[in-house]
Amino acid sequence: MIDESLASLSDTLFTVTVVVYSLAVVAFCAELAFGRPARAPQLVAAGGVPDAPAPTREPAPEPARSRRLSALAMVLTGIGLVSHAAVVVTRGLAAHRLPWGNMFEFSTIVVLVAVVAYTVLAVRAPELRHIGLFVMGPVVLAMALIRFKLYVETGPLVAALRSWWLAVHVTTATLGFGIFFLSGIVSVLYLVQSRREERVAAGDQLAPSLLDRLPSAAALDRTAHRTVVFGFPIWTFAVIAGAIWAESAWGRPWGWDPKETWAFIAWVVYAAYLHARTTSGWRGRPSAWVNVIGLAVMVFNLLYVNMVSTGLHSYGGLS
Amino acid sequence: MTTTAPPRPAAPPTPPSPPSPGRRVLTRLLRWWRQLTAMRTALVLLFLLALAAIPGSLLPQRSLSQNNVRQYFVDNPTLARWLDRLYLFDVFSSPWFAAIYLLLFISLIGCVVPRAIEHGRAVFAAPPPAPRHLLRLPDNDELPTDLTGPAALDVVEEELRVRRYRVVRRQGRSGPELSAEKGYLRETGNVLFHLSLLALLLSLAGGKMWGYEGSILVTEGQGFCNSFQQYDTYSAGPLVDSSSLSPLCVDLDDFKATYEDDLTASSYTADIAYELGDDDAEDVTIGVNDPLRLDGDRVYVTGHGYSPSFSITLPDGTTFTDLSAPFLPSDQSTMASQGVLKVPDLGAGSTDQLAIEGFFAPTGVLQGGLLTSVDPRPLDPQVAIVVYTGYLGLDSGLPQSVYSLDQTQIDRGLLTEQASANLAVGESTTLPDGTVVTFSGVQEFAAIQVSHDPGQLWMLGAAVSILIGLIGMLLVRRERVFARVDPAADGGGTVLSIGSLTRGSADTGPRFTALVDTVRTALAARSPAAPSASEEAPPS
Repeated sequence: MIDESLASLSDTLFTVTVVVYSLAVVAFCAELAFGRPARAPQLVAAGGVPDAPAPTREPAPEPARSRRLSALAMVLTGIGLVSHAAVVVTRGLAAHRLPWGNMFEFSTIVVLVAVVAYTVLAVRAPELRHIGLFVMGPVVLAMALIRFKLYVETGPLVAALRSWWLAVHVTTATLGFGIFFLSGIVSVLYLVQSRREERVAAGDQLAPSLLDRLPSAAALDRTAHRTVVFGFPIWTFAVIAGAIWAESAWGRPWGWDPKETWAFIAWVVYAAYLHARTTSGWRGRPSAWVNVIGLAVMVFNLLYVNMVSTGLHSYGGLS
Repeated sequence: MTTTAPPRPAAPPTPPSPPSPGRRVLTRLLRWWRQLTAMRTALVLLFLLALAAIPGSLLPQRSLSQNNVRQYFVDNPTLARWLDRLYLFDVFSSPWFAAIYLLLFISLIGCVVPRAIEHGRAVFAAPPPAPRHLLRLPDNDELPTDLTGPAALDVVEEELRVRRYRVVRRQGRSGPELSAEKGYLRETGNVLFHLSLLALLLSLAGGKMWGYEGSILVTEGQGFCNSFQQYDTYSAGPLVDSSSLSPLCVDLDDFKATYEDDLTASSYTADIAYELGDDDAEDVTIGVNDPLRLDGDRVYVTGHGYSPSFSITLPDGTTFTDLSAPFLPSDQSTMASQGVLKVPDLGAGSTDQLAIEGFFAPTGVLQGGLLTSVDPRPLDPQVAIVVYTGYLGLDSGLPQSVYSLDQTQIDRGLLTEQASANLAVGESTTLPDGTVVTFSGVQEFAAIQVSHDPGQLWMLGAAVSILIGLIGMLLVRRERVFARVDPAADGGGTVLSIGSLTRGSADTGPRFTALVDTVRTALAARSPAAPSASEEAPPS
């Protein structure tokens, strides 16, 4: 039933993916470290003139070396992405089923979605490429944790999951989660960047930092918002599909099972984020914090609810 | 650099005439209402709602498992009493949780109803007049043209109509002007989304009021009818009339569990026969993810297990055959189960009662005298039993579990252990008084649940319209375009100013530029001076 050679190929590809992603992280690091544009002199020149306008964040011309490193990092990310997708496909082929039946498979796909989302952003808006280190770093960390803490052998699905709602509910849940994952990281970067911009605007003399290479706070805020706008309907759909499935599997659409409760909490937090961005007094940093809390809730829902609490969603496969 | 002037004392407010008490109350209420329906309050309530749901997932809840709550009371008696006073074991039906979501929904009504009315008006009204300073809009441009004002605006109007804008022309202060708008669906989606949330809550509440749920363990060959007396456990809404449940009866003919090679359960199916009222019985197979749906009622298989059966032969030759009771699985992967068979009417006396308490293994292996199960399939069913006789205390008035013996009866010496044995099918043990207990076989039982939730379809409808509203609200852009013509400053021809305001998108620049380019080309093409010139000649 289980194709062992494909299953072990999937495991090998997982390792390959982690290695390639790690190389991408190194390349992103190198890009930020060596490719820094010479911005410091301008800042020094502005010293002592308190009324001088804050340095604008016009994109500085990129040195060729930086461009090469950036391209290399993106290519490595792309190769990793292909290998990552192959992990999922081979596992599915090995088990003759959709490869999202347990926590290991679920979180592998969540990370895949996050990397895809980042790649799409990077292709569409090249200035967002520079956040690569801060996306791929957590991605490598997450992949390592998934491999060492959540790994389970390829196996058949339990009876309760044999429904085509698995394709609908779990797919959309991973999509939503992956997008929120990226969005949360962007909001963290926004919090850091906006603090720095405030200090620059206040006339502080700051040492050049790799933050200078990141997109402006406004661009980060916009990206975080747009990704949530994209992810929120998907997450809403995932919750609704879950309720429809629960009705036919457990006899009720909604029963405040721990996983349902936390999915609801996440939904409420992201709804609050979308409202906060249009509420005076909540724009900017407070709303970014809400997005970060949203990500924390999503991660808690994955780890705590599957591993600690007992509920109907105990498909982790960990003993 | 500059000295700051000392703060000027605020001018003493002119004492207002004291308002009437009624008016004061009204003002106060109005202010509360405004505060409650403010977005800021709604945000705080949203956070409170999220926060309030957390204990419901961290503490055991009665709605999910009475047993876990009972266990919590045993483990932390003092703390549990306090938590219970705060409804922390019934979070989702607690008054404070209800208070939060009711306030939130009142706030939502106060926010969305005026918006809905406003939007209803706007849908039938013309786009708003152009703002005075078009060049202050986020996207704006100026186009010089040889055309007269109305002719230039005709060109703009055509282009906008092609793009499905709603366009209106007005005579403005300084000349003819044009307002256009599209993307009304954005606000429609917003209103629909919020009203659907309300509908969802109402259908949920309705379902809780008029719905019920009963569950029962049924051994193969047995059945039950839809009445609260028959269910092992049930919960019903306050408006359910227990005498008018649908006349449904279900018999379990056969239950099958199938397994993969690695003993993962791959399916559970139950062949049942059901009768609804006086209709003929119908046979149907139900299973996990595949319930029986009748008009208003659904029948589910929610679990399964084994019911070992025993035959008891008394010393005088009286035989009771195939008495069985469901044993609850304590380990789902091997289906090792525990339970008790209570036989209260063995003889005439109240102390002539018998109980078989035991452990059941569908595929048993004896390890050092201890029976364990190694496979969930009934390949070699064995039991390890302890037989008691005496008084079970079933009629003592105190409720007791059907799955375990009342330990106090044993402690008081009313029930005494007579024998213990490990038995395979067909084997028997003899009690000191000569009674023979035989393990005669095993049948499967199914946990069957009957649910009735009249709000369910409404919920689905509300959920679908929530989604539709959400997509409209988040993906549609509301775009307004304004244009005006003024005579050119140098007197030659006119200048067309055009500006646009978009809600719901950040990248408006490229679309606006495309619009302006098209308009520019069209203006040039219409220009009487240079009908062939496609590029404009800048007036200088």
